[in-house]
Amino acid sequence: MTLHIVNKSPFETNSLETCLRLARSGHCVLLFEDGVYGASKGTRFEALLTEAMQNCKIHVLLPDFEARGMKADNLIAGIETVDYLGFVDLVTASERVQSWL
Amino acid sequence: MASIDVNGKSVEVDEEGYLVNLSEWTQDAAKILSAQDELELTDNHWEVINFLREYYDEYQIAPAVRVLTKAIGKKLGPEKGNSKYLYELFPYGPAKQACRFAGLPKPTGCV
Amino acid sequence: MEEGGGVTKKFLYVNRKAPYGSIYALESLEVVLIGAAFEQDVSLAFIDDGVYQLKKNQSTDGIGMKNFSPTYNALGDYDINKIYVDKDSLEQRGLSLDDLMNLTYEDENDNYAEKPSISLVNSEELAALMEQQDVVLSF
Repeated sequence: MTLHIVNKSPFETNSLETCLRLARSGHCVLLFEDGVYGASKGTRFEALLTEAMQNCKIHVLLPDFEARGMKADNLIAGIETVDYLGFVDLVTASERVQSWL
Repeated sequence: MASIDVNGKSVEVDEEGYLVNLSEWTQDAAKILSAQDELELTDNHWEVINFLREYYDEYQIAPAVRVLTKAIGKKLGPEKGNSKYLYELFPYGPAKQACRFAGLPKPTGCV
Repeated sequence: MEEGGGVTKKFLYVNRKAPYGSIYALESLEVVLIGAAFEQDVSLAFIDDGVYQLKKNQSTDGIGMKNFSPTYNALGDYDINKIYVDKDSLEQRGLSLDDLMNLTYEDENDNYAEKPSISLVNSEELAALMEQQDVVLSF
């Protein structure tokens, strides 16, 4: 399994879009730092994320999400939260980590 | 910053003796730099130095020694495109030392 | 297995930034050249604005920066000849293969015939390529 990590807001760069275009079925995506904005409900990326979740699991780093004034109930349904240890677990469970700068 | 004197003109070099400005290179600068290493430049040396300068001009990098050896072999023949020949000419390393004489930066990846 | 007993791994460098607005492109190129000394199985991918790195006719005289685009032509000398360009990214930018530098390598197994290094790939091919890698380095 590949873990894709995205740390840029989808409004700033197309990293998230390209990541989701190239992630394969069964891969995991983790949104962190400014990448967490992509996980919140009601943005123009919600449909893209929802569609991606049919094949991939999407996680968000909760401390980064909360730091930016959002709570778990602002998340798009289906996105899972992880803490820093959960991030490490995802990395160790992956064959490779691909970052989308 | 250190410098060398080339026919009365001061030319800046870095702490390892590489020219700071490529454009200040002259054949006389190469002779002075090689004299510092107690090496007298022969036609065989010049062949390599000129090759390096052409390579840099085309690709904007100093080639790694493996690439240099292969490219010299292709251009000047197998009797010159081998590390024994090149190390005899440039005992401190054909890429490192010859690049210094050629006024180029140290090859990318050399320590 | 490599001569000397080292294991050869598959490395993919993913380039997604345009060349002069940030340092990513130049840094990536330097890492690729330095890494070439380790004789691994190296591929390069150019996606999104990264495709601009390979644009023909770059000329930096007016901006006081070094034009490092000629260095991509040296990659063949460094035995780096698998260069994949994302077709979608290219088309979105109104570019085609003809707008890119003609990067080539000499095939040692085919009497040193000169061959193109760049392949255009679609999303599916690119995704498959990424999944084959041991290490993916992003720039």
